[in-house]
Amino acid sequence: MNILPTPRHMMPPKLNGHIKTATPDDEAVLKNNIMAYTSSMDQLDMTRLNYVLNTKNSFSDKNFTAHHVEQALAKDTLEPEDFMALLSTAAAPYLEAMAQKAKTLTRARFGNNVQLFTPLYIANYCHNGCRYCGFNSKQTIKRAQLSMDDVKRELESIAQTGLQEILFLTGESESRSSIEYIAAALELAKPYFANIGIEIYPANQADYEILHQAGADFITVFQESYDLKAYEYYHPYGNKRSFPYRFYAQERALNSGFRGAGFAALLGLSNFRYDALATGLHVWSTQQAFPAAELSFSVPRLRPVNGELGHFNHLVSDRDFLQIMCAYRLFVPQAQITVSSRESKEFRNAVMNICATKVSAGVQVDVGGHSASNKHRSSDQFDISDTRSVAEMHDDIQKLGLQVVYHDHIRV
Amino acid sequence: MSTTASQQATIEPSSKFTPEGDTFTLGGKTFSSRLILGSGKFSLPLIKAVAEEGKAQIITLALRRATPDGQENILDFMPKDVTLLPNTSGARTAEEAVRIAELSRAMGCGDFVKVEIISDARWLLPDNQETIRATKMLADKGFVVLPYMYPDYYATKALEEAGAAAIMPLAAPIGSNRGLCTKAFIDIVLKSTDLPVIVDAGIGKPSEACEAMEMGVTAIMCNTAIATAGNVAQMCKAFRLAIEAGRLAYLGQTGRVIADQAEASSPLTGFLND
Repeated sequence: MNILPTPRHMMPPKLNGHIKTATPDDEAVLKNNIMAYTSSMDQLDMTRLNYVLNTKNSFSDKNFTAHHVEQALAKDTLEPEDFMALLSTAAAPYLEAMAQKAKTLTRARFGNNVQLFTPLYIANYCHNGCRYCGFNSKQTIKRAQLSMDDVKRELESIAQTGLQEILFLTGESESRSSIEYIAAALELAKPYFANIGIEIYPANQADYEILHQAGADFITVFQESYDLKAYEYYHPYGNKRSFPYRFYAQERALNSGFRGAGFAALLGLSNFRYDALATGLHVWSTQQAFPAAELSFSVPRLRPVNGELGHFNHLVSDRDFLQIMCAYRLFVPQAQITVSSRESKEFRNAVMNICATKVSAGVQVDVGGHSASNKHRSSDQFDISDTRSVAEMHDDIQKLGLQVVYHDHIRV
Repeated sequence: MSTTASQQATIEPSSKFTPEGDTFTLGGKTFSSRLILGSGKFSLPLIKAVAEEGKAQIITLALRRATPDGQENILDFMPKDVTLLPNTSGARTAEEAVRIAELSRAMGCGDFVKVEIISDARWLLPDNQETIRATKMLADKGFVVLPYMYPDYYATKALEEAGAAAIMPLAAPIGSNRGLCTKAFIDIVLKSTDLPVIVDAGIGKPSEACEAMEMGVTAIMCNTAIATAGNVAQMCKAFRLAIEAGRLAYLGQTGRVIADQAEASSPLTGFLND
């Protein structure tokens, strides 16, 4: 068993107040070094980041054989080496066995429950330049930000569907979508929703404290890629260019009182074996440092829309995608696996029967898309494939013999 | 009409096997069923049928799954004639457990509460120290407190002192279906308290539930083993029968186990006769 040094016992954290949008000086620093921080960013000890990247770099697909895969499948508690075996080419012929074990572990942990939630975009202003994203700052799209009255209309409209869990998204503009703005929106959501998550720009610990007090208990941050070369290429400017600041976002949130955190690589930006490996290690090592935290994997798979096309040489097939999800389940059996509406109805139905425990429904990927009076404020971030409403999703989940869960959290 | 041998051998309905008056009491309520059923891991519409097969009189529910209103509210699926045992799942500290218990009481779920304080997401092991603190705080507020705990002698004594209505030691990690891994320590818990001892978590098969009952535990709390079975209702019935068998065996006092070897040819106490 690897005992990881606990970062909290290492370098003392360097904490700031609010996170700020990168200044021209900050941009100059980040331009040459994606491992740097801007002047307003909190900094935590780098032990875990180094562990994740070094272990990821040590992976060599050809070193793994059927024997390693069989050993991993026979274990109850997997080591990082077992996880590597399950992500390797050698595991491909064992996909059915992996799926069977993933299902057993999922049922043991979560029963036949599937949680439902929906994302709410309250703004889409952004200072980053992610080359794959329809919302990046150079895209000439319709931008919008909801007023508090708009937000309330959206919340009421979502609450009417029966949902009790909501995920707030903003795009990554610290100045346009300030912490105070987001906190005010969260306060409005408290009476309607048992469980509030945020997927916003990485922020400082002091920011997360405000957002947690305002009602958010869960945070999701996609690292996008753990391949530093790909990361550097796809994120040419903005705060997002700082790799370590993004890497430690979940930890800063957990330090500030958040109950849980979600992680993801955007599969398709780089070789998926390395990116999935690093994502798993990121979650696994965070759990070691935060044993109480409720952690989750998201599994976004690239679907180029509005972003640049032609750069994606690593698109992930359905088979490989399922292998990744099953490997996540076997390595970290307690983690939720969330599958987004970018995936098709058929695919989502199939993986709910294997390892997925959380799905979105009634999804709108534009700002203010949930209520009629707010509609058409902005462009969409990406195309969704599974357009089922909450009621349709409810019926379909029941037809699969599974239990729909709306409410599984108490704000304490 | 005299009873014939064949009639005597007829298997009667299982409920009649339980000796009359073999009941136990929690918080002033008397129960005859020794199967306590979990509810959160299978389809909610099945709860009623499963509870009937198991003749369960107590059903646990995670308060985090209950809402004052809303869809698929677990409370709407509970049979009316059972005692609800809300648990504090989600609590990491005694204070959080108390807040959840008070919410439960306010929602009309009664005064029973199963204290579940867990700050380990991987194995879901109970935190005995926080559990002892919560038990004291909740007992002082008039709750009937059933603490889920790691079987430990000192914790048992402290929970008794804190005002617990029963002790709920785990047999194995929650959801693991690994069986009576902590058997020796549950035995120590049994011998150190007069409170009802309810084995909670880890029991995977009816035979293991039977074995625990033979040891003299008061009841078995079962969730995953039933919820993940191919036929949920049938497995619940199997557990009920096994628990009844184990209880009968305990009351009937298990016979002496004959050792393999014959009596020693040179008795050690022979000198007393000299």
